[in-house]
Amino acid sequence: MIELKDIRKAFNQGRDNEFHALNGIDLHLPAQRVTAFRGPSGSGKTTLLSIIGCLSRPTSGRVRLKERDISGLPERFLTDIRRQTFGFVFQQFNLIKGLSALENVMLPAYPLGGDWHELRESAERLLGDLRLSHRRQARVEWLSGGEQQRVAIARALINDPEVIIADEPTANLDSALAMEFMDILEKLSAGGKTIILTSHDPLVVDSAIVHQVVDMRDGRVVRHLAMAEASA
Amino acid sequence: MHAWIAKQQYLIDFTLSSLARRKAKNFGLLLVYTLIVFLLASVMLFTHALRHEAAHLLEGAPEVVLQRMVAGRHDLIPPGYLERLGRIRGVQHKEGRLWGYYYDPVVKANYTFMVPGKENIATGTLVVGAGLARARGLAVGNVISFRSYAGNLFPFSVARILPQDSELVSADLVLMSEGDFRRFFDIAPGYFTDIALSVANPLEVRNVATKLAQQFPDSRPILREEILRTYESIFNWREGIVLALASLAILAFAIFAWEKASGLSAEEKREIGILKAIGWETGDVIKMKFWEGALVSLAAFLIGYVAAYLHVFRFSSALFTPVLKGWAVLYPRFELTPVIDGFQVATLFFFTVFPYAAATLVPIWRAAITDPDSVMR
Repeated sequence: MIELKDIRKAFNQGRDNEFHALNGIDLHLPAQRVTAFRGPSGSGKTTLLSIIGCLSRPTSGRVRLKERDISGLPERFLTDIRRQTFGFVFQQFNLIKGLSALENVMLPAYPLGGDWHELRESAERLLGDLRLSHRRQARVEWLSGGEQQRVAIARALINDPEVIIADEPTANLDSALAMEFMDILEKLSAGGKTIILTSHDPLVVDSAIVHQVVDMRDGRVVRHLAMAEASA
Repeated sequence: MHAWIAKQQYLIDFTLSSLARRKAKNFGLLLVYTLIVFLLASVMLFTHALRHEAAHLLEGAPEVVLQRMVAGRHDLIPPGYLERLGRIRGVQHKEGRLWGYYYDPVVKANYTFMVPGKENIATGTLVVGAGLARARGLAVGNVISFRSYAGNLFPFSVARILPQDSELVSADLVLMSEGDFRRFFDIAPGYFTDIALSVANPLEVRNVATKLAQQFPDSRPILREEILRTYESIFNWREGIVLALASLAILAFAIFAWEKASGLSAEEKREIGILKAIGWETGDVIKMKFWEGALVSLAAFLIGYVAAYLHVFRFSSALFTPVLKGWAVLYPRFELTPVIDGFQVATLFFFTVFPYAAATLVPIWRAAITDPDSVMR
């Protein structure tokens, strides 16, 4: 599904504080599988995730999505790909304050210009699936951490993407809510979604739903394991 | 096409909700912005309407007025001048006028006493301006006495009060019969205050004025176009003074608006990053933010302009009256005829709405073309 070839990412290039976040990543991320990136802070997990999700561009290297090289595509095409292929769940959830849960869920579909009633129905259904129907009109800043995350998941799913990208999804949740999140991931995986996530939470990376774990350090892949190996 | 329209509706919805979410900031901006537009539009509307009014009033004024000068001061026209004027080629009509000033110690105001050219006023009666009637509490049929400069008391009864719509020129006016005027000011028959002349061919006005100056070296001809030009320069000067006073406020606003428009808060940058990350195109984000700025500036322009219109044409420019109307003891209460100059509206629009809307675009464009990941971080 996604192939990464010698991906490098440098920040502040040419300045005194030049920093290399990724130093030649080669990876294959299969479709309909759950891949977890594991590693300490600063190992490059989030940067790699943003390159996979077309949120930023690599300094060098190639990204192939379904056999198509998307590394050099103009921003407009990348936006299309981002909208059609990926759904994001950010560590800080990145919901828009002041808007209701329902409005936040509907936001990614606005640029598609679909029918408002259908869009609202879809958003309500997703919130219902995530047991948030009763909170759909509440402003997101009034919701608990777990509720906010479920809104973020609903928002990630509104355009029915093939790939869900989640950055440290359980970092701001307690164990019970983290377990709940893993249950949701399991359902999504069973539904055929490709899931890519970063975490150093054992609850996530040691979970039975994870198919492969990629260990990272200093911007490099140090281990690439199937789940059985990772658990061991 | 349906999807495109729906998308625009979503964008507008989101823009409005975005404005509502930052209501304190946007309301503050709108308030200051509206005040500035109100101030500028009031000055522009008021001076333009006054110029228009002055030009309109002077349309009926004589083309040339001849005044006699003695020792550099305006003096009475002696008998014989009117007859001599008739011999100047180009003069169509001539009329000796009687008018003068009277100080009323009761209200400490100067009145203009005048004999009307066409209207006959019965001896012992007066027609007074609305400002004077208001100041002295007069109604039709009341009697009012004035002590002449010779010390004699003259009682008059009020026959009529001039309509309020002519108050700009008639607030302090007292019209009386020729006989009463001559008795009151002790002016002998045949003498006049000045002479009004009409000239058949407008192109000949200056030639007639030159001939008058040659044949009556002790007199000065005053042309209507010169009076109009004087009004223009007085109003331009006063408009300039108000605008100069307002310039500090305008400058403060410009700095405020530029600061607000050119810098995005961390929250706004983050929001742009989120929108892009979840699939909004750069163009959508720019459009949405542009509409935010345009809505604020358009609303400020419309509210400010309408408020200025009401202020000038409904509430007689209460805020600027002393500066713009000039000196007057009996302040006239009048409503100007609403006049809107398209060029002025366009100028005001260009200098208020356009710079703000344009200034908002640069930082938004910068944020919107950056990778969503960098903007969110």
